[in-house]
Amino acid sequence: MVVWTDFERTTIQDIFSKIDYAVVGQAAFSRCLIVYPWTQRYFGGFGNLYNAAAITSNPRVSSHGKVIMEALEKAVKDMDNIKATYAELSALHSEKLQVDPDNFMLLGHCLTIVVASQLSKAFTPEVHAAFQKFLAVVVSSLRKQYY
Amino acid sequence: MTSLSAKDKNTVKTFWAKVAGKEEQIGCDAVSRMLTVYPQTKTYFSHWKDLRPGSAPVRKHGATVMAAVTDAVSKIDDLTGALLSLSGLHAFTLRVDPANFKVLSHNLLVVLSTMFPDDFSPEVHVAVDKFLAAVALALSEKYR
Repeated sequence: MVVWTDFERTTIQDIFSKIDYAVVGQAAFSRCLIVYPWTQRYFGGFGNLYNAAAITSNPRVSSHGKVIMEALEKAVKDMDNIKATYAELSALHSEKLQVDPDNFMLLGHCLTIVVASQLSKAFTPEVHAAFQKFLAVVVSSLRKQYY
Repeated sequence: MTSLSAKDKNTVKTFWAKVAGKEEQIGCDAVSRMLTVYPQTKTYFSHWKDLRPGSAPVRKHGATVMAAVTDAVSKIDDLTGALLSLSGLHAFTLRVDPANFKVLSHNLLVVLSTMFPDDFSPEVHVAVDKFLAAVALALSEKYR
């Protein structure tokens, strides 16, 4: 059972209320494909991912970035039940998409960096720690259905 | 992991010119974050009186670390040679688990992202990430 402090709860809700899902999703997901290019292996159908410029302007990348943020919002809306919320998504990533779960935190790192650039000084070490904990819980829940 | 291309080295050097003068602040913030976000790293600093973000020992250590990283940028063509004695220090005296190099690197990237949001583009991010990985590798040389 994950125990959230009041600070952690409000911090996560606050971050997600402040960020633009389309902007942050596109920025984080495209950054992941650029900084960790092996992650592109899962997106063969996305068209031109040839270089950073192509990735950044790719419309499928931006719409998928938004999909990811909307899925994260589900966890934010029910922070005490993230494992249950992601049971189906976990099975999807394991059985259908066959994503190496080590990749989840790579996207997590990129999301942290984008959120940090948006919040700037407001992304204090304490806020950063709460965000990292949230990501760790999300990643752990996504790994649950792998066997 | 691949070695640094000429483009990577140029990107890092160009970006690092922007960082000049702010090394202490960056180092302090990176170490503060590392200790707060990844509390297992505190085990290496049990001899400090104060492990809070921005405390005196944290600030001093952040400056030390950043000075070494900045020096590595200037010696980017031979990181192994440049970091030989620091590698010995980490391997034989400090005995830091090399997995932690990634942790500090990540926190450094986060700080750079907060302080230089317009300059820390994905292209700069990948070059700096590669550079820090190369630094970590050079630091691990003497471990075994």
